[in-house]
Amino acid sequence: MEATVIPLPLPALPEGWEAENNFKAIGKITQEGATQRTLEPVGPYFLAHARRARHKRTFSEDDRIQAQERAKKVEDNDEGEISEPEDAMMLQRDAKDWKSQDHYKVLGLSKYRHKATEEQIKRAHRKKVLKHHPDKKAAAGRADDDNFFKCIQKATEVLLDPTKRRQFDSVDEEADVEPPTKKQLVKGNFYKLWSHVFKSEARFSKEHPVPTFGDDKSTKEDVENFYNFWYNFDSWRSFEYLDEDVPDDNENRDQKRHMERKNANARKKKKAEDNTRLRKLLDDCSAGDERIKRFRQEASAAKNKKRFEREAAEKQAAEDARLKKEAEEKAAKEAEEKAKTDREANKKAKDAAKNAVKKNKRVLRGSIKDANYFAEGDASAATIDSVLGDVELVQANIDPDEIAALAAKLNGLTVAGEIKGVWKEEVERLVAAGKLKEGEGKSLVA
Amino acid sequence: MSDSGAKSGPEPSERTTIGITFGNSNSSIAYLVDDKPEVIANEDGDRQIPTILSYVDGEEYYGQQAKNFLVRNPQNTVAYFRDFLGKEFKAIDPTHNHASSHPQESGETVSFTIKDKAGEEEAASTLAVSEVATRYLRRLVSAATEYLGKKVTSAVITIPTNFNDKQKAALVAAAAAADLEVLQLISEPVAAVLAYDARPEAKIEDKVIVVAELGGTRSDVAVVASRGGMYTVLATVHDYEFAGVALDKVLMDHFAKDFMKKNSGAADPRENARNLAKLRLEAEATKRALSLGANASFSVESLADGIDFASTINRLRYETIARAVFEGLNRLVESAVKKAGLDVLDVDEVILSGGTSHTPRIAANLGNIFPQKTRILAPATDVTAINPSELQARGAALQASLIQDYEAEDIDQSTHAAVTTVPHVANAIGVISLNEAGEEVFVPVVQPETAVPARRTVHVSAPNGGDVLIKVVEGNTHIKVTKPEPKVKEDESKAAKVEDADDSDEDDSDFSDEEEEEEKREKVWKIGSTLAEAALKGVKKGGKVEVSITVGSDLSVIVTAREVGGKGGVRGTLTSA
Repeated sequence: MEATVIPLPLPALPEGWEAENNFKAIGKITQEGATQRTLEPVGPYFLAHARRARHKRTFSEDDRIQAQERAKKVEDNDEGEISEPEDAMMLQRDAKDWKSQDHYKVLGLSKYRHKATEEQIKRAHRKKVLKHHPDKKAAAGRADDDNFFKCIQKATEVLLDPTKRRQFDSVDEEADVEPPTKKQLVKGNFYKLWSHVFKSEARFSKEHPVPTFGDDKSTKEDVENFYNFWYNFDSWRSFEYLDEDVPDDNENRDQKRHMERKNANARKKKKAEDNTRLRKLLDDCSAGDERIKRFRQEASAAKNKKRFEREAAEKQAAEDARLKKEAEEKAAKEAEEKAKTDREANKKAKDAAKNAVKKNKRVLRGSIKDANYFAEGDASAATIDSVLGDVELVQANIDPDEIAALAAKLNGLTVAGEIKGVWKEEVERLVAAGKLKEGEGKSLVA
Repeated sequence: MSDSGAKSGPEPSERTTIGITFGNSNSSIAYLVDDKPEVIANEDGDRQIPTILSYVDGEEYYGQQAKNFLVRNPQNTVAYFRDFLGKEFKAIDPTHNHASSHPQESGETVSFTIKDKAGEEEAASTLAVSEVATRYLRRLVSAATEYLGKKVTSAVITIPTNFNDKQKAALVAAAAAADLEVLQLISEPVAAVLAYDARPEAKIEDKVIVVAELGGTRSDVAVVASRGGMYTVLATVHDYEFAGVALDKVLMDHFAKDFMKKNSGAADPRENARNLAKLRLEAEATKRALSLGANASFSVESLADGIDFASTINRLRYETIARAVFEGLNRLVESAVKKAGLDVLDVDEVILSGGTSHTPRIAANLGNIFPQKTRILAPATDVTAINPSELQARGAALQASLIQDYEAEDIDQSTHAAVTTVPHVANAIGVISLNEAGEEVFVPVVQPETAVPARRTVHVSAPNGGDVLIKVVEGNTHIKVTKPEPKVKEDESKAAKVEDADDSDEDDSDFSDEEEEEEKREKVWKIGSTLAEAALKGVKKGGKVEVSITVGSDLSVIVTAREVGGKGGVRGTLTSA
């Protein structure tokens, strides 16, 4: 509710009136008399009340929200407004020359063009008519100035008739978007530039929705879909609008038929040209389309992948075999060398052992000699023979180790008794071991 | 209060909504054209469609055609059935059905026995009143559908304020059976108020309105407090004596006597049912003619005994013989104001609604009851008045367009008692200002009986500027009675009323009235208890102070005061507890 104006003045502030924040709460509203009554749920103000009550808004909150909603509505209304500056050249147009006029521009709809709805056209027409009606011109002192008015009427006639409008839209070059030049493409924006072109071309499609051009991130499927659609494009574009005028019936019939044929051929030709144009457009576009290259590479990469794998496996196997062979050869060589050294070592050892045995034997014999062949004084040859024969016998019957042990025992001994004791012990051991027969070596024992 | 029990209605976006006044005597349908409500004429061209159904050889007639069959085919004609909806037989008043099909008891409800099928041997069928209502509503909807060219799916229907829940449910069910979604049932007086408030020139202000609904068979008066566009019914009275048919009766008696006087020996046309029906039909036509012109003719062929009768009557004569009815209506209105605890001086507007409101004398009589400043909205007293027969249908159509975008559930919730039942402040809340004599007077900001939460703003002048005191007080009215003192001019300044202009008007009327009134009655505001004081300092000379009082739903008060166009200001809160 608006504020009521009260003409009566407010009293002046009494002297000495003081209060915190200039406000003094004194009383309370009478509670008893306040009755619960039922509001009639009728009318816009009740609805506002209900809205506040149900959403628990205060007055100012609700005012604000409502104001916002109202403001939005105004904006929506404004959206369809047609306000384009009118070109002075356009206003001078001759209505007879209607074929060449831009009907959308005449109605001030050039930013909508084929997208203008029927309602927009009607509204635009109304607005233009109000402005350019010949009666208004006459009132301004310019009689018979109805040229532009006729243009408006013609434009509306064409645009409000779906068939005629399609014919006009077919040849509406203003709505065309030129394909991007190479220079433009160098700067990038490939997808943006081409998508504008196809968006404009899409207006001729009989099928909807028309797939979008997409961008760098489009999937392979989308891109294929797009090119399939466009290479099989079904267009309603026709070129009747550019027909040459067919003479009236009352003129020469042959002439008329000739013209009709000529027009039909021209239409066909233009249609074919248009199809070629579109095809070239697509070729150009796909030639520069990085996505297609990428997809092709990806596809070939997938195909080659197997082969690569197999080759790699073979290579690996050959390498393995080679390594194995090398290892084997090396091992064999090593073994051979080892055997050789072993053999040499054995031979040396044998020689050494032989030498040792010889040496030990010499010790043994030497010990006997040292013991003077166990004889007192000079030993007889016979004694020497028998003793040496027994020594030979013992030596023959014991292995080199025992000879070495015996030699070690005997080595250093010079006293005959001791030497004899050792020999006796040895012979007895050999007899006990069964290596010597009882009685053999008795010269050493005795 | 809307369609509980009815099947779920159509989607809000698919609705075609109309407003329906389903009256006991006449019905109307209205539709919103370019935000302006318009009452639709049916196939016969009637905007007030008699609530009558008639069956002749299995053919169904409704409206004016059916009404004409009251003469020739009364037993197969159902009239005045609306008030029987949802009522038991023992609770109904069948007086008006005497000349048509008689209501019968059938279980919990009322029914009529009608031959509604063709053929001699076809037995008469018994139709429950709900079925009759369904058939009638179906005809109304089809008339609207034909007019609009779109299938009408939903409607707002007006009902009298004294319809109980059972009657409402019966009406909703009858509408649902006629394939009509009832968005909401709204009370008739409020529909009438809404029709006036929705006019573009209407200003939303706090006012008390008396809505007198003068129909064919009943008169209802409601006192409505209109507070910021929200309506609260303060009191209602209902009367079944003083209504349109009572005026018909007066005319019928008059012409019957005239007929017998002119044709000595002729039978009393009121003795024979058929003659009575003719008499009634013509009397009603004459009554309507008298509302428009000063003279009206009355002519019935073969009124009784084959004698044709023609006569005329002038308005003065009519008003004389119908005086008892007119006075009854006056008393009815006065009793309603009294019942609301108000005085006629409190009433700002009187809205006359219903067909009988066309009678000029009724409007003139009400003008005499109420003070001069009270606007009587009837065709006879106010040229801008809306046709009283169309008010309710217009209101219903307006309401229908307001709520048609809401879901049925939303409407239910918004009309729920939790939302509609709110406290109303008992006393006015206002500020103190000074009158010409320098005395403190009360200026109401929030009127009594304002539903809370409420926010009101006033601009009070501060011609001297400087520091001003804003004193917020409660106020009360009382009726000040002054004995007239001839010679001494009424002291205007004594009138502590806000509207000086209105005051002087009143004074003029007092003097110009032919009958010298014995006393002068005035409405005077009395200053009650002080609620708060606030100071606004340094107001510019000749400036204005905006005082805004917001009463919360818990009766707490927020007072803000600031200079118009200025910054800052004072703000304070009074708690309710």
